[in-house]
Amino acid sequence: MSPDAPGLPPSLRTLAASLRTRSIGAEELARSLLDDIAASPLNAFLDVRPEVTLAQARAADARIARGEARPLEGVPIAHKDVLVTRDWVSSAASKILANYRSPFDATVVARLSAAGMVTLGKLNCDEFAMGSTNENSAFGAVHNPWDLAAIPGGSSGGSAAAVAGGLTPAATGTDTGGSIRQPAAFCGVTGIKPTYGRASRYGLIAYASSLDQAGPLARSAEDCALMLSAMCGFDPLDATSLELPPEDFAKALQTPFAGAAQAPLQGLVIGLPREFFGAGLAPDVAQAIQSAIDQLTALGARCVEVRLPRTELAIPAYYVIAPAEASSNLSRFDGVRYGHRAADPRDLRDLYRRSRAEGFGAEVQRRILVGTYVLSHGYYDAYYLRAQKVRRLVAADFDQAFTQCDVIAGPVAPTVAWDLGAHRDDPLADYLADIFTLPASLAGLPGLSMPVGFGAQRRPVGLQLIGPRLQESLLLRVAHQYQLATDWHLRRPAQPAPVDH
Amino acid sequence: MANQLAAAHGSAWEIVIGLETHVQLHTESKMFSGAATRFGAEPNTQACALDLALPGTLPVPNRAAIECAIRFGLAVGAQIAPQSVFARKNYFYPDLPKGYQISQYELPVVVGGALPILLDAARGSAGPLAQTIALTRAHLEEDAGKSLHEGFGDPLLTSGFSGIDLNRAGTPLLEIVTEPVMRSAREAVAYARALHALVVWLGICDGNMQQGSFRVDANVSVRKHGQQALGTRCEIKNLNSFRFLQAAIEHEARRQIELLEDGGRVVQETRLYDPDRDETRSMRSKEDAHDYRYFPDPDLPPLVIDARTIESVRTTMPELPAAMAARFETTLELPDYDARMLTADRATALWFERALAALAPAGVAPPGVVEPRLAKLLANWMLGDLAAALNREDRSIEQAPIAPAQLARLIVRIAEGALHQKQARELFALLWSAPRESADAVDALIAEQGFKPLNDQHAIEAAVDAAIAANAKSVEEFRAGKDKALNAIVGQVMKATQGQANPAQVTALLRKKLGA
Repeated sequence: MSPDAPGLPPSLRTLAASLRTRSIGAEELARSLLDDIAASPLNAFLDVRPEVTLAQARAADARIARGEARPLEGVPIAHKDVLVTRDWVSSAASKILANYRSPFDATVVARLSAAGMVTLGKLNCDEFAMGSTNENSAFGAVHNPWDLAAIPGGSSGGSAAAVAGGLTPAATGTDTGGSIRQPAAFCGVTGIKPTYGRASRYGLIAYASSLDQAGPLARSAEDCALMLSAMCGFDPLDATSLELPPEDFAKALQTPFAGAAQAPLQGLVIGLPREFFGAGLAPDVAQAIQSAIDQLTALGARCVEVRLPRTELAIPAYYVIAPAEASSNLSRFDGVRYGHRAADPRDLRDLYRRSRAEGFGAEVQRRILVGTYVLSHGYYDAYYLRAQKVRRLVAADFDQAFTQCDVIAGPVAPTVAWDLGAHRDDPLADYLADIFTLPASLAGLPGLSMPVGFGAQRRPVGLQLIGPRLQESLLLRVAHQYQLATDWHLRRPAQPAPVDH
Repeated sequence: MANQLAAAHGSAWEIVIGLETHVQLHTESKMFSGAATRFGAEPNTQACALDLALPGTLPVPNRAAIECAIRFGLAVGAQIAPQSVFARKNYFYPDLPKGYQISQYELPVVVGGALPILLDAARGSAGPLAQTIALTRAHLEEDAGKSLHEGFGDPLLTSGFSGIDLNRAGTPLLEIVTEPVMRSAREAVAYARALHALVVWLGICDGNMQQGSFRVDANVSVRKHGQQALGTRCEIKNLNSFRFLQAAIEHEARRQIELLEDGGRVVQETRLYDPDRDETRSMRSKEDAHDYRYFPDPDLPPLVIDARTIESVRTTMPELPAAMAARFETTLELPDYDARMLTADRATALWFERALAALAPAGVAPPGVVEPRLAKLLANWMLGDLAAALNREDRSIEQAPIAPAQLARLIVRIAEGALHQKQARELFALLWSAPRESADAVDALIAEQGFKPLNDQHAIEAAVDAAIAANAKSVEEFRAGKDKALNAIVGQVMKATQGQANPAQVTALLRKKLGA
C-alpha cells in the first residue's frame, strides 16, 4: 500500500521529490524534526547540533535552487552513535568515549551525505552495540514509541525508535548479531542488514569485526532500497569490503517475478526453517508470522519447509566469536590517547585498570572478560576454534537450505518487545532471544525485517527474510510486494506526550 | 670467548643459537596505513588516524611491503605461501596504540629457505668456510611506537611523565627466523652479516642499524656435546650491532655454562644485553610472560599471493649474490673465494662491476668479456690493497677516495707493463691521500712521478747478468731446486735498476737464463 495517502508520512522518494520541486524546504523540514526531537520522550538521540543540521539543510536548499540536487538532497537522516562523525560526538553510547569527536566521517555517513542527506544527529544504542534492549547505553535506555514501558530492542534501538516515532524518516543502524533486524521488528519499522562486506566498516566503531555490518532502518522496503544504494559500495579503506559494481536496489524493486502475470510473487519459493517455529516461539508472534506467510502465499509464493539444524548452536558460537573479537577491538580504549582517563593514576597498570573499569559498562566488561578467556592459551582450541567450526556449519546449513528455496522467512525474535528492566539480572535471557538473527549473521548473509502485525500488548511483530549472499535485491523485492499489498509498515504509534526539557 | 670457555671446560658444552631478525622494510608508507615512514621526524608528525588507533579506523595491507617479503622469499629459495594470515598479538603497552600488534602467527608469508654464509678463516685453517643456515620462516608485521622515558620536551612539564612517539608505530617489519642451527657467536655474526647484506642487496631495507632498521634477537642455549635435546633457552632482545650480538651471545653462553657447572638450572626468560656493563640481565621470565591471545585478525582477509604476482616480482629481482659470484667464476675465471668476497655486499659488487666496465675494451663489451688476467688483478687489488685501506680508515667502499675507473686504469697500466707492483702501490697511496677526478689522472700522475718502466732490453739483460754473476750462492741454491732463492736475485736486479725494471719480466728473464 502506498504511503503517500494524506496524513501518512511520505516515502523517501516522495520526500525527495517534494524537496526537489520545493513544495517543502529542507531547512523547514529539518527545523520541524529538530523540534520534535527536542520534545521527544524516547531518549533516541544522544547528540543534536541544530546549527550544523540547519547549515546542511540550507546548503541542500541552495543546491536544489541551483538545480544541482543529488538523489536524496535535503532528506533528513540520523546515524547510530557507533558510526563516527566529524560534526557530532561519537561515543558509541559509552562513557569511555563521552565527548569523543572523530576527525573523519564513517564511509557510510560520508556516502549518505554525498547523496544529499541532511544529518539530524546521533542515535542512542547499546554501548558499543553490545545488547539487544538498548538498556546497555551509558546514557539511558531508549523507549519504544509503541509503548514507553517497552524496550525498543537493540542494539540499534535509537535508530528504530526514532524512525517509528517519526523523529527521522530514515536512520543508519549496525547489525552484528541482529542489531538492525530485532529493533526494527520491535519498533515496527523496516530494516536490512546487507551481506557482510557490502557496506564499508570504515568509521564503524568495531564491536565484532567479522560480523559488523551497517544498514538502513526506514519505514518501507522501498525507502531501505534507496538508502542501501547510497550506502553500499567498495571502499579501499576497508580490506573486507567487497569489490562489486554499484547496484541500484530501488530500481531492482521494479523487476517483476517470473510469474508476475498471474500473481506478484508467482514463482518465488520461500523456505520456512522448522527450527524457527518450535516451542520457543511465543504464540502471539507465531500467529502474526503465520498471517504474513499466508499473505505471501496469497501473493503467489510457494512455501516449503527447510532445515537449519545448527540454529541453536549459533548462540554459543556467536557468544564466543563476538566477545573474542570485542576483547581485542576494545583494547585501544586505554585512557592513553583519547577518551576517559582515570584521575591521578598511581602507575600505568592503575591507569589502564581504572580508566577501563570506570569507562566501560557492565555488559561490555562482561563480554571483554568472556572474549579474553576464550582466546587464552589453553582455551583457544576448545572455544574460539570450535566456534569457528560451528560458524562454518551454520553457513553450510544455509547453503543446503537455499538449494530448496529462494529466500528463507521466519520470525525475527521469539517474542515481542519486553518491558524495560525485565531481564535486568539475566543477560542470558537477552542472549537466547537472539536465536533467529544470529545464524544469518554468522553466515554473513543479508537479512531483512519488516513489520507484519502486532502481538501481545499491541507491540509490533517483525518477519525476517534471509537471502543468499548478495541477494539483497531479492529480499527487498519480496518485502516491497508484501508492503504494496498490506499496510502494517504504515501503522504509526500514537504520538506520546511531549516532555518538558 | 665462549668457545675458549667451552674449550677450558674440556669442550663439554655446545652452544646452540637461533636468531630472529626484525628487518624494517624500506617502503614509502606504513604496513597498514598511508602515513610516511621517514626516520627522525618530529614526534607524532608521521602518525595518522590509524596509527593513533582512533575508533573506526581499519588496516589495509601495504602492497609494497608484501612485495618485499616475496623478494626476500625468492632470494632465499623459500616457499611463498599462497595464503598467509595476519593475526593479532594482544598486549597492553602505551606505545602499542591498538592494544595489539598485527603480525603473522600460524601461517607466515615466507616458509623455509636457507641463507649461505661465509665464515672468516679461523687462524691456521685452510680458508674461509662456506655454510648454509636453514631458515624457519619470515613473516610480516607492524612495529610499535617508542616510549620516551626521559629528556623529552620541557623538563618542568614532563618530569614524572613518559612520552609516546607514534611515528614508528605501524612501520612494516619482516621478521626472519632461523632454525637453532648455529653453534658459535662467530657463526651467528656471519649469518647476521650475510642477512644484512642480502636485505640491503634486495633493496628491501636501508640496513641502518643505528636507526634500528635491522635488529636481532638471539635465542641461546647450551647442552653437553652429544646430547640430542636442546637446553633451556634464553632470548636476548634487540641487539642492534654485530659487535653487541657477538658479545651478548658469548656472555649469555658463559653465564649458562657457569650456572649449569655450578649445579644450577637455566630459567627460560627474555634478557637484555647491556653494552655498557657487558652483561645480560633478566627482563621477564616465562612465568610472567604475556599470554598474547593470538587470533586471526578479522579486519584482514587471508593474504593471497598468486603465481602471477610471484612471477612479476621475480622479474624485478636484482641478480643475487650467489648468481653473481657464479658468473664471476665462469666468465671471469675468478676463484670461488674471490667471487664470494666480491659479492659479500651489494656496494662491493657494484664497485667491482663498475671497475670491470672500465676495464673492458672500449666499444666491445659487457663486463664479462674482460680478460680473466685483468679481472683477477682487479680482484686482488680490491680484496687486498683497497680492502686494507678501507679497513684502516673504517670507511665503506662507497666512501673510497679512489674511483672504480681509476683502479681499473691502474690495473691496465700494470698489465701493460707500464707500472710494476711497487710503483702501482705508490700511485694508489697518492690517489688515496689526494683524490683526483678522472681515470686520466692516473696517467697524469704516472708522468708526474716519472714512473717509467725500464724498456731497454739490453740494460735489463745487463743487470740480470750482473746479478747472476754477483750471487753465485743464490744461483746454486736455485739450481738445486730452491725456488725461493730466485727472489733474492730479482731483488738485486730491482735495486740495480732503481726499481724501474718490471719484476715479472726480470723473473722470467732470470728463469730463462738459468735454464729453468
